[in-house]
Amino acid sequence: MNIFLDANRKQIANRRKKDWMLHILFVAATSIGVLALCALIVDILIDGIARLQPDLFTNFPSRKADGSGMKSALVGTIYMLLIMAPISFIFGVGAAIFLEEYAKKGRITRMIQLNISTLAGVPSIVYGILGLTLFVRLLALDRSLIAGALTMTLLVLPIIIVSAQEAIRAVPKSRRDASFALGATKWQTVSRSVMPSALPGVLTGVILAMSRAIGETAPLVMIGALTYVAFLPEGLKDSFTVIPIQVYNWLSKPQLEFKELAASGIIVLLALLLLMNFSAILLRNKYQKNI
Amino acid sequence: MLKKKGFKGILMLSMVTLLVFAAACGNNSGNKGSENTGSKNNTATNAPAGEDVKLSGEIKIDGSSTVFPLTEAAAEEFNKEHKDVRVPVGVSGTGGGFKQFCAGEIAIADASRHIKDEEAAACKAAGIEYTELSVAFDGLSVVVSKDNDFIDHLTVEELNKIFTTGSTVTTWKDVRDTFPAEPIVMFSPGADSGTYDYFNEAILEKAGIRNDKAISFSEDDNALVQGVAGSKYGIGYFGFAYFEENQDKLKVVPVDGGKGAITPTYDTIKDGTYAPLSRPLFIYANNKELERPEVNAFVKYYINNIGTFAGEVGYVSLPDEQYATEAAKIK
Amino acid sequence: MNKLMPILLFLCASVSVLTTIGIVVTLISETYQFFQKIPIFDFLFGTKWSPLIPPKSFGVLPLLSGTLMITFIACLVAIPLGLASAIYLSEYAPKRVRKVIKPILEVLAGVPTIVYGYFALSLVTPLIQSIFHSAGVFNALSAGIVVGIMIIPMVCSLSEDAMSSVPRSLRDGAYALGATRFEVALKIVVPAAFSGIVASAVLAFSRAIGETMIVTVAAGSTPNMTANPLESIQTMTAYIVQVSLGDTPHGTVEYGSIFAVGMTLFVITFLLNILAQYIARRFREEY
Repeated sequence: MNIFLDANRKQIANRRKKDWMLHILFVAATSIGVLALCALIVDILIDGIARLQPDLFTNFPSRKADGSGMKSALVGTIYMLLIMAPISFIFGVGAAIFLEEYAKKGRITRMIQLNISTLAGVPSIVYGILGLTLFVRLLALDRSLIAGALTMTLLVLPIIIVSAQEAIRAVPKSRRDASFALGATKWQTVSRSVMPSALPGVLTGVILAMSRAIGETAPLVMIGALTYVAFLPEGLKDSFTVIPIQVYNWLSKPQLEFKELAASGIIVLLALLLLMNFSAILLRNKYQKNI
Repeated sequence: MLKKKGFKGILMLSMVTLLVFAAACGNNSGNKGSENTGSKNNTATNAPAGEDVKLSGEIKIDGSSTVFPLTEAAAEEFNKEHKDVRVPVGVSGTGGGFKQFCAGEIAIADASRHIKDEEAAACKAAGIEYTELSVAFDGLSVVVSKDNDFIDHLTVEELNKIFTTGSTVTTWKDVRDTFPAEPIVMFSPGADSGTYDYFNEAILEKAGIRNDKAISFSEDDNALVQGVAGSKYGIGYFGFAYFEENQDKLKVVPVDGGKGAITPTYDTIKDGTYAPLSRPLFIYANNKELERPEVNAFVKYYINNIGTFAGEVGYVSLPDEQYATEAAKIK
Repeated sequence: MNKLMPILLFLCASVSVLTTIGIVVTLISETYQFFQKIPIFDFLFGTKWSPLIPPKSFGVLPLLSGTLMITFIACLVAIPLGLASAIYLSEYAPKRVRKVIKPILEVLAGVPTIVYGYFALSLVTPLIQSIFHSAGVFNALSAGIVVGIMIIPMVCSLSEDAMSSVPRSLRDGAYALGATRFEVALKIVVPAAFSGIVASAVLAFSRAIGETMIVTVAAGSTPNMTANPLESIQTMTAYIVQVSLGDTPHGTVEYGSIFAVGMTLFVITFLLNILAQYIARRFREEY
């Protein structure tokens, strides 16, 4: 009997050991990702922290590194978000409601669904080509704020639709039944019962999609937004610039001081990103409590 | 109940924002229309725009990334005097700039080469007449790593031998007998850049650059700097500004174009002794746009003042008398 | 309202279809003109891509091989690391740790890719050169590794979603039989979430194919059919950026080539995404 017991114990000990070793391995794998981020951020902070001064936010870009700022880029990014947010919210959530609540489960719905999920994986530069041809040339919007915002809207729309669909799907069926039982119409049910409880989830998706948009460079480079802009856009058809473009611009200058400016631009961008992700997380937490 | 309001509220809010933007757009285009007619009237009454005339409007510029720093400098300084003139400067490349220029979308095109025949034809077809203005020189610098201790100069023939298409040079010894038999590593701007275009014309006699494993291309001049600086037996070429800023990592190679080896400096580029590797940079102005007082003032300002800024951004100003010649082209 | 809303909502949904149509029409009309001048066979099967340096030739295979090499290296980095992180987060990590690490990884996904490009050139490339002395300043390995780092969060987050949707009861059953956490993770959870994991891998693959700014900066622009990751290459995306920022006159064959390359890129990623959808649906384990 003792032999069996020992063998058993040995086996258990072995399995425990394996478990422990793999635990270490998994932690190591996770830390590589986190470490890479830390290396990146420390590198950027060292370069950029000295330039993180009021000048950076109040001055326009200049050929001289000292006193050069990103006022127009920061404002441009914010304007772009302000235009994108409502358009992509309306179209994204509209599409999600249609697919989840109205569409009959048939061939066409499946095609649309498939189309949306595949669009989410199309490279951003392809959207740039589309934006260039459709908005800049065909609709003659030039390389304006609205052309950039619309290109970005198309880019993030699939992401918003998919996340909004998930949020709508998570609303229990009982809510809808209760509403119908009270004699509500379909639209009343959707707008007053389903959507309110799906809203935090939907907004989380929208915010995350926006945070994807503020870091995108390639499609804007394609539509020709790589521009020196020393004024604030006043209308939709005005030229504009955004933070990643300004960073790209600074990085391609020969003078070393511009590297520091680029780094400080990145810090601002990351701060904006963190702010948005943080608010998305707050929303998500609130949302999870509600269900 | 609260939640209900939340959804509707946000829906309303987004609708309202959309409307506001739409309205802003409408207003804006309206304004622009009136501005344009206004400025046309101005042209009729006081054509030679004096310094004290309050200028406004937008001057769209696009084109070469090489000329960009110059135009940026001109726009920045011009803006200090004329706060209401908006001068966005794009970087779509010389080709992209001419495309927009000949479609009448922009007032001025930045170019690191002369306009090509097909581009000129496109402009002509669209009825666009233009004025070509030289604004500064760029000296192409041939550079090697700081660690390179054997090179003192290269002749144009040797450069051609190293870089030309189908070149059989694999080690430095193949270039000149006194050089060590170490494999040569080459760096060049991409074939789509004006810098390459000029090098091809001046050194390679338009034969095209070699395209094999020994050579690396990059569109990014800073990446080229890193490339040459990091390879002991490397050689590369790019705009003077990039050498200027990286003198601690790079060594510039004097080039012998038949009259002895010349090192590129502000002086040798300006007086033309650094040949054949210094190239002129241009702006192209749409003649019709030049009738607008703000464009006219800007271009004049550009030509009259760029000589003083050129050095700051790593380019070399033209001789003063040439600026006078260029200025005379503008009415 | 009841009659109007479905129509309005349908219009919203059709925007995505219109987008696809827009992309296809845009690409095809220009690509068609390109193929008028360059035979499609030469484009698809040519082994030399030299659209700007004479003798000109338009064989897309070097760009394709460059793209695939970057993608392959990236997946080699991202899939093991991403999957391991996902297993750790979903099976091992205490709730508090997960709450910290997940957002950190999400930030990693949001760093602008142009920043990663300089990260590759100034930090990763010197490291690689100190190990492999033959490595060039621009090389596929450095760019590939950094693209890999960039897509770790995507693999991790998608696989973690798949794993955390495996019902608790399955795990509890295994634990009750005396399984260790490792055994539960690898023998119960991963097989159950397999379709989601594979789908995340395919999506990561397609994301890596489409990555632009990192490869533009760090991989050079030498269209080069090579199996050696230490050499400089060019990807399809980097080529598009090169020409659209460069000095090529519009309307020429050279300029048209970016649409042909864009079309190739679009078709490949589109098919891969459909594959991912198919795998996720076809092999989904239902509980």
